[in-house]
Amino acid sequence: MPRNLIDITDLSVEEIDQLIATAEDIIANPAKYQDACAHKQLATLFFEPSTRTRLSFESAMLALGGSTLGFSEANSSSTAKGETVGDTIHTVSCYADIIAMRHPKEGAPFAAAQYSEVPIINAGDGGHNHPTQTLTDLLTIHREKGRLNNFTIGFCGDLKFGRTVHSLVNALSRYANINYVLISPLELKLPRYVKEEALKKKGIPYSQTTDLESVIPELDILYMTRVQKERFFNEEDYLRLKDSYILTPEKLEHAKADLSILHPLPRVNEITVAVDRDPRAAYWRQVKNGKFIRMALILKLLGIQV
Amino acid sequence: MNIDSIQNGVVLDHIQAGKSMDIYRYLHLDQLDCSVAIIKNVKSAKMGKKDIIKIDSPMEVDLDVLGYIDPNITVNIIRDGVRVDKKHVELPKRLVNVIHCKNPRCITVSEPQLDAIFLLSDPATRTYRCAYCETAKDKKL
Repeated sequence: MPRNLIDITDLSVEEIDQLIATAEDIIANPAKYQDACAHKQLATLFFEPSTRTRLSFESAMLALGGSTLGFSEANSSSTAKGETVGDTIHTVSCYADIIAMRHPKEGAPFAAAQYSEVPIINAGDGGHNHPTQTLTDLLTIHREKGRLNNFTIGFCGDLKFGRTVHSLVNALSRYANINYVLISPLELKLPRYVKEEALKKKGIPYSQTTDLESVIPELDILYMTRVQKERFFNEEDYLRLKDSYILTPEKLEHAKADLSILHPLPRVNEITVAVDRDPRAAYWRQVKNGKFIRMALILKLLGIQV
Repeated sequence: MNIDSIQNGVVLDHIQAGKSMDIYRYLHLDQLDCSVAIIKNVKSAKMGKKDIIKIDSPMEVDLDVLGYIDPNITVNIIRDGVRVDKKHVELPKRLVNVIHCKNPRCITVSEPQLDAIFLLSDPATRTYRCAYCETAKDKKL
Protein backbone atom coordinates (compact mmCIF):
# COMPACT_ATOMS: atom_id res chain seq x y z
CA MET A 1 0.00 0.00 0.00
CA PRO A 2 1.44 3.42 -0.91
CA ARG A 3 1.76 6.04 1.79
CA ASN A 4 -0.85 8.81 1.40
CA LEU A 5 -1.55 12.18 2.97
CA ILE A 6 -5.32 12.52 3.21
CA ASP A 7 -5.64 14.10 6.65
CA ILE A 8 -2.95 15.96 8.58
CA THR A 9 -3.24 13.38 11.37
CA ASP A 10 -1.94 10.76 8.93
CA LEU A 11 1.44 12.22 9.89
CA SER A 12 2.83 11.82 13.41
CA VAL A 13 4.25 14.83 15.23
CA GLU A 14 7.72 13.35 14.70
CA GLU A 15 7.10 13.06 10.96
CA ILE A 16 5.90 16.67 10.79
CA ASP A 17 8.99 17.81 12.67
CA GLN A 18 11.09 15.81 10.23
CA LEU A 19 9.32 17.42 7.23
CA ILE A 20 9.93 20.86 8.69
CA ALA A 21 13.61 20.00 9.18
CA THR A 22 13.86 18.79 5.56
CA ALA A 23 12.13 21.97 4.30
CA GLU A 24 14.61 24.09 6.28
CA ASP A 25 17.48 22.14 4.71
CA ILE A 26 15.98 22.61 1.22
CA ILE A 27 15.77 26.38 1.86
CA ALA A 28 19.40 26.42 3.00
CA ASN A 29 20.77 24.06 0.33
CA PRO A 30 18.48 24.00 -2.74
CA ALA A 31 21.16 22.64 -5.09
CA LYS A 32 21.44 19.48 -3.02
CA TYR A 33 17.86 18.57 -3.96
CA GLN A 34 17.68 19.69 -7.59
CA ASP A 35 17.88 16.20 -9.08
CA ALA A 36 16.34 14.24 -6.24
CA CYS A 37 13.20 13.37 -8.24
CA ALA A 38 14.78 13.01 -11.68
CA HIS A 39 12.58 10.82 -13.95
CA LYS A 40 9.70 10.92 -11.45
CA GLN A 41 6.31 12.30 -12.43
CA LEU A 42 3.78 14.16 -10.33
CA ALA A 43 0.16 14.27 -11.53
CA THR A 44 -1.78 17.32 -10.37
CA LEU A 45 -5.48 16.53 -10.70
CA PHE A 46 -7.47 19.65 -9.93
CA PHE A 47 -11.19 19.09 -10.23
CA GLU A 48 -11.63 22.58 -8.79
CA PRO A 49 -9.70 25.77 -9.66
CA SER A 50 -6.58 26.76 -7.74
CA THR A 51 -3.63 29.04 -8.29
CA ARG A 52 -1.27 28.61 -5.39
CA THR A 53 -1.68 25.00 -4.48
CA ARG A 54 -1.42 23.58 -7.99
CA LEU A 55 1.46 25.82 -9.02
CA SER A 56 3.34 25.23 -5.78
CA PHE A 57 3.05 21.47 -6.24
CA GLU A 58 4.28 21.76 -9.81
CA SER A 59 7.02 24.19 -8.84
CA ALA A 60 8.05 21.85 -6.02
CA MET A 61 8.33 18.84 -8.33
CA LEU A 62 10.23 20.81 -10.97
CA ALA A 63 12.66 22.10 -8.33
CA LEU A 64 13.30 18.48 -7.38
CA GLY A 65 14.19 17.63 -10.99
CA GLY A 66 10.95 15.76 -11.70
CA SER A 67 8.18 16.49 -14.18
CA THR A 68 4.45 17.10 -13.98
CA LEU A 69 1.25 16.28 -15.83
CA GLY A 70 -2.44 16.75 -15.07
CA PHE A 71 -5.44 19.01 -15.47
CA SER A 72 -6.60 22.18 -13.78
CA GLU A 73 -10.38 21.88 -14.02
CA ALA A 74 -12.86 19.01 -14.07
CA ASN A 75 -14.21 20.04 -17.48
CA SER A 76 -10.91 19.16 -19.15
CA SER A 77 -10.97 15.60 -17.77
CA SER A 78 -13.24 12.60 -18.28
CA THR A 79 -15.11 13.67 -15.15
CA ALA A 80 -17.14 15.81 -17.54
CA LYS A 81 -18.23 12.55 -19.23
CA GLY A 82 -19.32 11.10 -15.90
CA GLU A 83 -16.18 9.15 -14.97
CA THR A 84 -15.91 8.34 -11.27
CA VAL A 85 -13.05 9.53 -9.08
CA GLY A 86 -11.97 5.90 -8.66
CA ASP A 87 -11.65 5.28 -12.40
CA THR A 88 -9.82 8.57 -13.00
CA ILE A 89 -7.34 7.79 -10.24
CA HIS A 90 -6.89 4.19 -11.36
CA THR A 91 -5.99 5.50 -14.82
CA VAL A 92 -3.65 8.25 -13.69
CA SER A 93 -1.85 6.01 -11.23
CA CYS A 94 -0.73 4.01 -14.30
CA TYR A 95 1.08 7.10 -15.61
CA ALA A 96 2.41 8.98 -12.57
CA ASP A 97 4.56 8.17 -9.55
CA ILE A 98 2.57 10.38 -7.17
CA ILE A 99 -0.75 12.26 -7.36
CA ALA A 100 -1.84 15.54 -5.80
CA MET A 101 -5.59 16.04 -6.13
CA ARG A 102 -8.11 18.72 -5.32
CA HIS A 103 -11.80 17.97 -5.48
CA PRO A 104 -14.94 19.92 -4.52
CA LYS A 105 -16.48 16.89 -2.80
CA GLU A 106 -15.50 16.11 0.79
CA GLY A 107 -13.73 12.76 1.15
CA ALA A 108 -12.84 12.44 -2.55
CA PRO A 109 -9.11 11.90 -1.79
CA PHE A 110 -10.02 9.19 0.73
CA ALA A 111 -12.04 7.51 -2.04
CA ALA A 112 -9.16 7.99 -4.48
CA ALA A 113 -6.69 6.33 -2.13
CA GLN A 114 -8.73 3.13 -2.30
CA TYR A 115 -8.05 2.87 -6.04
CA SER A 116 -4.53 4.22 -6.34
CA GLU A 117 -1.30 2.30 -6.67
CA VAL A 118 0.77 5.43 -6.03
CA PRO A 119 0.74 7.93 -3.14
CA ILE A 120 -2.22 10.33 -3.03
CA ILE A 121 -1.88 13.81 -1.58
CA ASN A 122 -5.05 15.63 -0.62
CA ALA A 123 -4.68 19.13 -2.07
CA GLY A 124 -8.06 20.19 -0.67
CA ASP A 125 -11.43 18.43 -0.58
CA GLY A 126 -14.37 20.82 -0.45
CA GLY A 127 -14.74 22.47 2.93
CA HIS A 128 -13.19 19.49 4.66
CA ASN A 129 -9.38 19.29 4.78
CA HIS A 130 -6.29 20.80 3.22
CA PRO A 131 -3.32 19.10 4.89
CA THR A 132 -0.54 20.54 2.70
CA GLN A 133 -1.74 24.05 3.51
CA THR A 134 -1.49 22.97 7.13
CA LEU A 135 2.09 21.83 6.63
CA THR A 136 2.74 25.21 5.01
CA ASP A 137 1.17 26.96 8.00
CA LEU A 138 3.19 24.89 10.46
CA LEU A 139 6.45 25.62 8.64
CA THR A 140 5.53 29.32 8.59
CA ILE A 141 4.72 29.41 12.31
CA HIS A 142 7.95 27.53 13.01
CA ARG A 143 9.98 29.99 10.91
CA GLU A 144 8.21 33.08 12.31
CA LYS A 145 8.12 32.06 15.98
CA GLY A 146 10.90 29.49 16.21
CA ARG A 147 8.54 27.02 17.88
CA LEU A 148 5.24 25.17 17.50
CA ASN A 149 4.09 25.53 21.11
CA ASN A 150 3.44 28.14 23.79
CA PHE A 151 1.42 30.80 21.96
CA THR A 152 -2.06 32.22 21.51
CA ILE A 153 -3.48 31.88 18.02
CA GLY A 154 -6.62 33.59 16.74
CA PHE A 155 -8.55 32.12 13.81
CA CYS A 156 -10.71 34.77 12.17
CA GLY A 157 -13.39 34.70 9.48
CA ASP A 158 -15.09 31.68 7.98
CA LEU A 159 -14.29 28.93 10.45
CA LYS A 160 -17.18 26.75 9.30
CA PHE A 161 -16.15 26.11 5.70
CA GLY A 162 -12.48 27.07 6.09
CA ARG A 163 -10.83 23.70 5.59
CA THR A 164 -7.38 25.14 6.30
CA VAL A 165 -8.61 26.12 9.76
CA HIS A 166 -9.96 22.63 10.48
CA SER A 167 -6.69 20.99 9.50
CA LEU A 168 -4.52 23.50 11.37
CA VAL A 169 -6.55 23.25 14.58
CA ASN A 170 -6.24 19.47 14.35
CA ALA A 171 -2.50 19.65 13.80
CA LEU A 172 -1.77 22.22 16.52
CA SER A 173 -3.85 20.29 19.05
CA ARG A 174 -0.94 17.87 19.28
CA TYR A 175 1.45 20.58 20.48
CA ALA A 176 1.61 21.89 24.05
CA ASN A 177 0.30 25.05 25.64
CA ILE A 178 -1.54 26.70 22.78
CA ASN A 179 -4.55 28.95 23.40
CA TYR A 180 -7.18 29.13 20.68
CA VAL A 181 -9.32 32.20 20.07
CA LEU A 182 -12.06 31.50 17.52
CA ILE A 183 -13.34 34.70 15.90
CA SER A 184 -16.26 34.37 13.52
CA PRO A 185 -19.86 35.36 12.82
CA LEU A 186 -22.27 33.05 14.66
CA GLU A 187 -23.24 31.41 11.35
CA LEU A 188 -19.63 30.55 10.50
CA LYS A 189 -18.40 29.09 13.79
CA LEU A 190 -15.94 26.23 13.87
CA PRO A 191 -17.92 22.97 13.35
CA ARG A 192 -18.79 21.12 16.53
CA TYR A 193 -16.98 17.96 15.45
CA VAL A 194 -13.69 19.84 15.06
CA LYS A 195 -14.04 21.41 18.50
CA GLU A 196 -14.99 18.10 20.06
CA GLU A 197 -12.36 15.92 18.42
CA ALA A 198 -9.42 18.32 18.38
CA LEU A 199 -9.97 20.45 21.48
CA LYS A 200 -12.61 19.30 23.98
CA LYS A 201 -11.55 15.66 24.10
CA LYS A 202 -7.97 16.71 24.86
CA GLY A 203 -9.01 19.31 27.43
CA ILE A 204 -7.51 22.14 25.35
CA PRO A 205 -8.87 25.60 26.25
CA TYR A 206 -10.46 27.82 23.63
CA SER A 207 -12.69 30.85 23.51
CA GLN A 208 -15.17 32.03 20.90
CA THR A 209 -16.04 35.59 20.02
CA THR A 210 -17.51 37.66 17.20
CA ASP A 211 -15.31 40.67 18.01
CA LEU A 212 -11.81 40.73 16.48
CA GLU A 213 -10.75 44.08 17.93
CA SER A 214 -11.37 43.08 21.54
CA VAL A 215 -9.06 40.06 21.33
CA ILE A 216 -6.36 41.23 18.93
CA PRO A 217 -4.01 42.52 21.73
CA GLU A 218 -3.65 39.02 23.21
CA LEU A 219 -2.72 37.21 19.98
CA ASP A 220 0.74 35.97 18.96
CA ILE A 221 -0.59 34.67 15.64
CA LEU A 222 -3.61 35.86 13.70
CA TYR A 223 -4.85 33.42 11.06
CA MET A 224 -7.20 35.29 8.72
CA THR A 225 -9.52 33.49 6.30
CA ARG A 226 -11.75 34.41 3.40
CA VAL A 227 -15.51 33.94 3.50
CA GLN A 228 -15.76 31.41 0.69
CA LYS A 229 -18.49 32.18 -1.81
CA GLU A 230 -18.26 28.74 -3.43
CA ARG A 231 -19.27 26.98 -0.20
CA PHE A 232 -22.62 28.75 0.17
CA PHE A 233 -25.82 27.28 -1.20
CA ASN A 234 -27.50 30.66 -0.73
CA GLU A 235 -25.97 33.83 -2.20
CA GLU A 236 -27.88 36.07 0.22
CA ASP A 237 -26.10 34.46 3.16
CA TYR A 238 -22.74 35.00 1.47
CA LEU A 239 -23.44 38.69 0.77
CA ARG A 240 -24.54 39.24 4.37
CA LEU A 241 -21.41 37.65 5.86
CA LYS A 242 -18.62 38.40 3.38
CA ASP A 243 -17.47 41.66 4.96
CA SER A 244 -17.64 40.50 8.57
CA TYR A 245 -13.94 41.08 9.24
CA ILE A 246 -11.57 43.39 7.42
CA LEU A 247 -8.07 43.73 8.84
CA THR A 248 -6.67 47.25 8.53
CA PRO A 249 -3.52 49.02 9.83
CA GLU A 250 -5.77 50.81 12.37
CA LYS A 251 -6.99 47.53 13.86
CA LEU A 252 -3.38 46.37 14.15
CA GLU A 253 -2.39 49.37 16.29
CA HIS A 254 -3.32 47.47 19.44
CA ALA A 255 -1.74 44.19 18.37
CA LYS A 256 1.56 42.84 19.70
CA ALA A 257 4.75 44.05 18.01
CA ASP A 258 5.72 40.47 17.17
CA LEU A 259 2.30 39.33 15.95
CA SER A 260 2.45 37.10 12.86
CA ILE A 261 -0.43 37.49 10.40
CA LEU A 262 -1.09 34.39 8.32
CA HIS A 263 -3.63 33.84 5.54
CA PRO A 264 -3.93 30.77 3.30
CA LEU A 265 -4.85 33.06 0.37
CA PRO A 266 -6.50 33.95 -1.93
CA ARG A 267 -7.83 36.98 -0.12
CA VAL A 268 -10.71 39.10 -1.29
CA ASN A 269 -10.90 42.15 0.98
CA GLU A 270 -10.45 40.68 4.47
CA ILE A 271 -6.89 42.07 4.67
CA THR A 272 -6.44 45.50 3.14
CA VAL A 273 -3.46 45.91 0.82
CA ALA A 274 -2.02 48.52 3.22
CA VAL A 275 -1.37 45.74 5.74
CA ASP A 276 1.04 44.10 3.27
CA ARG A 277 3.66 46.72 4.18
CA ASP A 278 3.48 45.81 7.87
CA PRO A 279 6.43 43.51 8.78
CA ARG A 280 3.98 41.42 10.80
CA ALA A 281 2.27 40.36 7.57
CA ALA A 282 3.69 36.86 7.03
CA TYR A 283 1.35 35.64 4.30
CA TRP A 284 3.67 36.21 1.34
CA ARG A 285 6.46 34.41 3.17
CA GLN A 286 3.86 31.71 3.85
CA VAL A 287 3.27 31.27 0.10
CA LYS A 288 6.98 30.69 -0.43
CA ASN A 289 7.12 28.19 2.41
CA GLY A 290 4.37 26.20 0.68
CA LYS A 291 6.71 25.17 -2.09
CA PHE A 292 9.48 24.02 0.24
CA ILE A 293 7.26 21.93 2.51
CA ARG A 294 5.66 20.29 -0.54
CA MET A 295 9.14 19.41 -1.81
CA ALA A 296 9.83 17.76 1.54
CA LEU A 297 6.49 15.91 1.41
CA ILE A 298 7.01 14.60 -2.13
CA LEU A 299 10.41 13.25 -1.10
CA LYS A 300 8.93 11.57 1.95
CA LEU A 301 6.00 9.92 0.17
CA LEU A 302 8.25 8.71 -2.66
CA GLY A 303 10.68 7.34 -0.08
CA ILE A 304 13.58 9.36 -1.45
CA GLN A 305 16.37 10.31 0.92
CA VAL A 306 18.88 13.01 0.03
CA MET B 1 -49.25 -15.72 23.63
CA ASN B 2 -47.40 -18.81 22.36
CA ILE B 3 -44.79 -18.80 19.63
CA ASP B 4 -43.49 -22.22 18.60
CA SER B 5 -39.87 -23.09 19.25
CA ILE B 6 -37.71 -23.29 16.17
CA GLN B 7 -35.73 -26.35 15.09
CA ASN B 8 -32.95 -24.79 13.01
CA GLY B 9 -32.40 -21.09 12.93
CA VAL B 10 -31.53 -17.98 14.93
CA VAL B 11 -33.10 -16.26 17.91
CA LEU B 12 -32.20 -12.63 18.52
CA ASP B 13 -32.83 -11.92 22.18
CA HIS B 14 -32.52 -8.96 24.54
CA ILE B 15 -33.54 -6.47 21.87
CA GLN B 16 -34.43 -3.13 23.36
CA ALA B 17 -38.23 -2.90 23.34
CA GLY B 18 -39.40 -1.22 20.16
CA LYS B 19 -36.23 -1.81 18.15
CA SER B 20 -37.17 -5.12 16.53
CA MET B 21 -38.57 -3.53 13.39
CA ASP B 22 -35.32 -1.60 12.88
CA ILE B 23 -33.44 -4.88 13.02
CA TYR B 24 -35.96 -6.52 10.70
CA ARG B 25 -35.27 -3.76 8.18
CA TYR B 26 -31.47 -3.57 8.55
CA LEU B 27 -31.02 -7.36 8.32
CA HIS B 28 -33.36 -7.46 5.29
CA LEU B 29 -35.46 -10.15 6.97
CA ASP B 30 -38.35 -9.25 4.67
CA GLN B 31 -36.42 -11.00 1.89
CA LEU B 32 -36.47 -14.39 3.67
CA ASP B 33 -38.93 -17.10 2.64
CA CYS B 34 -38.90 -18.80 6.06
CA SER B 35 -41.05 -17.99 9.08
CA VAL B 36 -39.91 -14.93 11.03
CA ALA B 37 -41.56 -14.09 14.34
CA ILE B 38 -41.26 -10.62 15.84
CA ILE B 39 -42.29 -10.66 19.45
CA LYS B 40 -42.63 -7.23 20.99
CA ASN B 41 -42.76 -6.09 24.61
CA VAL B 42 -41.93 -9.45 26.20
CA LYS B 43 -41.60 -9.24 29.99
CA SER B 44 -37.96 -9.40 31.07
CA ALA B 45 -36.53 -9.58 34.59
CA LYS B 46 -33.38 -7.79 33.44
CA MET B 47 -34.80 -5.26 30.98
CA GLY B 48 -38.40 -4.80 32.07
CA LYS B 49 -39.56 -5.19 28.48
CA LYS B 50 -37.70 -6.54 25.47
CA ASP B 51 -38.25 -7.65 21.89
CA ILE B 52 -37.30 -11.04 20.42
CA ILE B 53 -36.94 -12.11 16.79
CA LYS B 54 -37.09 -15.81 15.83
CA ILE B 55 -35.88 -16.80 12.36
CA ASP B 56 -36.86 -20.33 11.37
CA SER B 57 -33.92 -20.99 9.07
CA PRO B 58 -30.12 -21.04 9.50
CA MET B 59 -28.58 -17.75 8.35
CA GLU B 60 -25.45 -15.67 8.75
CA VAL B 61 -26.38 -12.70 10.91
CA ASP B 62 -24.49 -9.45 10.38
CA LEU B 63 -23.20 -8.89 13.90
CA ASP B 64 -21.95 -5.41 12.99
CA VAL B 65 -25.46 -4.29 12.15
CA LEU B 66 -26.78 -5.66 15.43
CA GLY B 67 -23.92 -4.12 17.39
CA TYR B 68 -24.61 -0.75 15.80
CA ILE B 69 -28.32 -0.85 16.58
CA ASP B 70 -27.98 -2.27 20.09
CA PRO B 71 -24.79 -3.86 21.51
CA ASN B 72 -26.78 -5.64 24.22
CA ILE B 73 -28.49 -8.02 21.80
CA THR B 74 -27.67 -11.74 22.08
CA VAL B 75 -27.66 -14.08 19.11
CA ASN B 76 -28.68 -17.70 19.78
CA ILE B 77 -27.96 -20.32 17.12
CA ILE B 78 -30.44 -23.22 17.21
CA ARG B 79 -29.72 -26.67 15.71
CA ASP B 80 -32.19 -29.56 16.02
CA GLY B 81 -34.17 -27.62 18.57
CA VAL B 82 -31.14 -27.06 20.82
CA ARG B 83 -29.14 -23.87 21.37
CA VAL B 84 -25.62 -24.66 20.16
CA ASP B 85 -24.10 -21.19 20.35
CA LYS B 86 -24.77 -17.86 22.04
CA LYS B 87 -23.02 -14.76 20.73
CA HIS B 88 -22.78 -11.37 22.37
CA VAL B 89 -22.41 -8.51 19.95
CA GLU B 90 -20.14 -5.49 20.37
CA LEU B 91 -20.18 -1.92 19.19
CA PRO B 92 -18.36 -2.32 15.83
CA LYS B 93 -15.36 -0.10 15.16
CA ARG B 94 -16.18 0.07 11.44
CA LEU B 95 -19.44 -0.16 9.53
CA VAL B 96 -19.49 -0.86 5.80
CA ASN B 97 -22.67 -0.28 3.79
CA VAL B 98 -24.90 -0.30 6.85
CA ILE B 99 -25.65 3.41 7.10
CA HIS B 100 -25.11 6.17 4.56
CA CYS B 101 -23.82 9.73 4.74
CA LYS B 102 -26.37 12.52 4.45
CA ASN B 103 -23.85 15.34 3.91
CA PRO B 104 -24.68 16.69 0.43
CA ARG B 105 -21.03 17.69 0.00
CA CYS B 106 -19.75 14.15 0.64
CA ILE B 107 -18.29 12.19 -2.29
CA THR B 108 -20.37 9.13 -1.32
CA VAL B 109 -23.56 11.09 -2.06
CA SER B 110 -22.52 11.97 -5.61
CA GLU B 111 -20.82 8.61 -6.20
CA PRO B 112 -23.09 6.10 -4.44
CA GLN B 113 -21.19 3.10 -5.80
CA LEU B 114 -18.49 3.80 -3.20
CA ASP B 115 -18.63 1.71 -0.03
CA ALA B 116 -20.32 3.72 2.72
CA ILE B 117 -17.75 3.45 5.51
CA PHE B 118 -18.34 4.77 9.02
CA LEU B 119 -15.87 4.66 11.90
CA LEU B 120 -16.67 4.67 15.61
CA SER B 121 -15.37 8.00 16.91
CA ASP B 122 -16.80 8.01 20.43
CA PRO B 123 -17.87 4.74 22.08
CA ALA B 124 -19.38 6.59 25.06
CA THR B 125 -21.93 8.39 22.90
CA ARG B 126 -21.91 5.66 20.21
CA THR B 127 -21.06 8.29 17.62
CA TYR B 128 -20.04 7.17 14.15
CA ARG B 129 -18.44 9.43 11.56
CA CYS B 130 -18.27 9.06 7.81
CA ALA B 131 -14.74 7.91 6.92
CA TYR B 132 -14.80 10.21 3.89
CA CYS B 133 -16.10 13.55 5.19
CA GLU B 134 -16.21 12.95 9.00
CA THR B 135 -19.87 13.96 9.28
CA ALA B 136 -21.44 12.35 12.35
CA LYS B 137 -24.33 9.97 11.86
CA ASP B 138 -27.40 10.82 13.86
CA LYS B 139 -27.94 7.79 16.08
CA LYS B 140 -31.71 7.97 15.66
CA LEU B 141 -32.59 5.20 13.24
